[in-house]
Amino acid sequence: MLEISNISKTFNAGTANEKVVFDGLSLTLNEGDFVTVIGGNGAGKSTMLNLVAGVYPVDGGHIKIDGHDVTKLPEHKRAKYIGRVFQDPRMGTATDMWLEDNLAIAECRGTRRGLGWSLKPSNRARYREMLRELDLGLENRLSTKMGQFSGGQRQAVTLLMATMRKPHLLLLDEHTAALDPKTAAKVLEITDRIVTENKLTTLMVTHNMKDAITHGNRLIMMNAGKIILDISGEEKKNLTVEMLLDAFSKASGAEFANDRALLS
Amino acid sequence: MDIMAWLGTLPGAAAQGLVWGLMAIGVYITYRILDVADLTVDGSIATGAAVCAVLVTNGVNIWIAMLCALLAGALTGTVTGLIHVFFGIPAILSGILTQLMLWSANLIILGGKANLGLPRLKFGDKLLISSDVAVSNGKIFITLGILAAFAAVVILGLYLFLGTKFGAAVRATGNNLNMSRAQGINTNFTKIVGLAISNGVVALAGSLLVQQQGGASVDMGRGAIVYGLAAIVIGEALCARFNTPYVVKQICVLCGGIIYWFVYQTVIFLGLPTEYFKMLSALVVALFLGLPYVRKQYFSKAKKEVKKNA
Repeated sequence: MLEISNISKTFNAGTANEKVVFDGLSLTLNEGDFVTVIGGNGAGKSTMLNLVAGVYPVDGGHIKIDGHDVTKLPEHKRAKYIGRVFQDPRMGTATDMWLEDNLAIAECRGTRRGLGWSLKPSNRARYREMLRELDLGLENRLSTKMGQFSGGQRQAVTLLMATMRKPHLLLLDEHTAALDPKTAAKVLEITDRIVTENKLTTLMVTHNMKDAITHGNRLIMMNAGKIILDISGEEKKNLTVEMLLDAFSKASGAEFANDRALLS
Repeated sequence: MDIMAWLGTLPGAAAQGLVWGLMAIGVYITYRILDVADLTVDGSIATGAAVCAVLVTNGVNIWIAMLCALLAGALTGTVTGLIHVFFGIPAILSGILTQLMLWSANLIILGGKANLGLPRLKFGDKLLISSDVAVSNGKIFITLGILAAFAAVVILGLYLFLGTKFGAAVRATGNNLNMSRAQGINTNFTKIVGLAISNGVVALAGSLLVQQQGGASVDMGRGAIVYGLAAIVIGEALCARFNTPYVVKQICVLCGGIIYWFVYQTVIFLGLPTEYFKMLSALVVALFLGLPYVRKQYFSKAKKEVKKNA
């Protein structure tokens, strides 16, 4: 489904600020895998997602989605295969546009945008139905500007936008990190439901070890651009936070360096 | 003050307001919808005027001449867009570069001369609108009607375009680049198209302006961006309190243009020398654009609280 093979990436190459993030990272996701990704600060979790999404190009290696080599495709062309939700709730929606405008735009992801009418009255009932399932009271606010919604509501809408046209791959980059715990739990619950219902292949970066353990069927832990732990199936179900911390210090020879992860 | 004489100047001012208001709608597309300050307009309005003037003096039908002006304007916007997108030069600088190129281009279009008058061409014969602003013979009212019709067609056309899937993509591009790319929008392309349409509208206004002023000059676009912004800030002040859709905002911008030229005409009528005009325009625009910042920075509740407690 997703094949990351031997990718490398260095930022600011040749300068004093040179930072080698990846030097030969490989990861393969199977169809329907829901993979949670944890790791310390600067481990390369977000960079990996951004490389897959095409925000910036890889220096070497290949990325394939569903058999299509997307390594050289620009970001907007990869969007055909990928749905994304970001950490910052402001990033996923057009804040000055109506809720239904945003949904209509998302519905065209990966298709040619011609001169057909964007908002069709016949779509409204369907949008309402989808919004009702989010259970956030958004179904009657189609003509409200996105900027007037709370962070949690925006993340839920972004999640809907990422998945209303079924993506081959769903990328969630700490999409609950900016939310309060109660809202975060609600958004995660919606995430679980959407991923399960649509059998989406998903990569979810999280800073919360408990969330990483309870969600998904596979967990990977990253450190310094390498995958140091890859657990799935029965073994993952029996994981505890202590076991993860233990595994981390064994694999990396250091304490887990992510304050937020330890606090939560 | 002679009220009647003052009233007599208003139709002429309204006509000017409509032309510059139409141009401001073009500026609105870049400034508000694409979120780009595009300085191409100072050049592209003159390009529209020059193309129209040259064609019509050479016997080309005025409608075709105006269409060519519009297309030439769209081309100038495309150039700015290409410079911005493919060379990664900031949009504002790309616009300035194109503007300077257009100085030469406009001179070349005008045959190497800085001016081209249209004295022998007559309204109703070769020209669509009249430069005659006298109320007595009524030509000005026909002109006003034609200008209003042009504005209506442009606003309606933009409304239809921005409502399409592609139009929505253009709006999203100006609103949130990240989200647009993540949703598969080719933001380079939408930016170029937006700039092209904007400058097409501006050049169309230029082709009306040249008929209104009875001639084209290579200078005529100087400060156009400022007049456009003036119309936008006045127009937005008109509908600031409402959650208005963009089509209403564009009508407000058009009205903003008319109000601006009413004020201009009145100030001139009261005896202000015309050489102060550009200075005043810039100051007014600076004031209005700065107002939201000033309000937030110096007069917000939080700041006052801090002061009180200090």
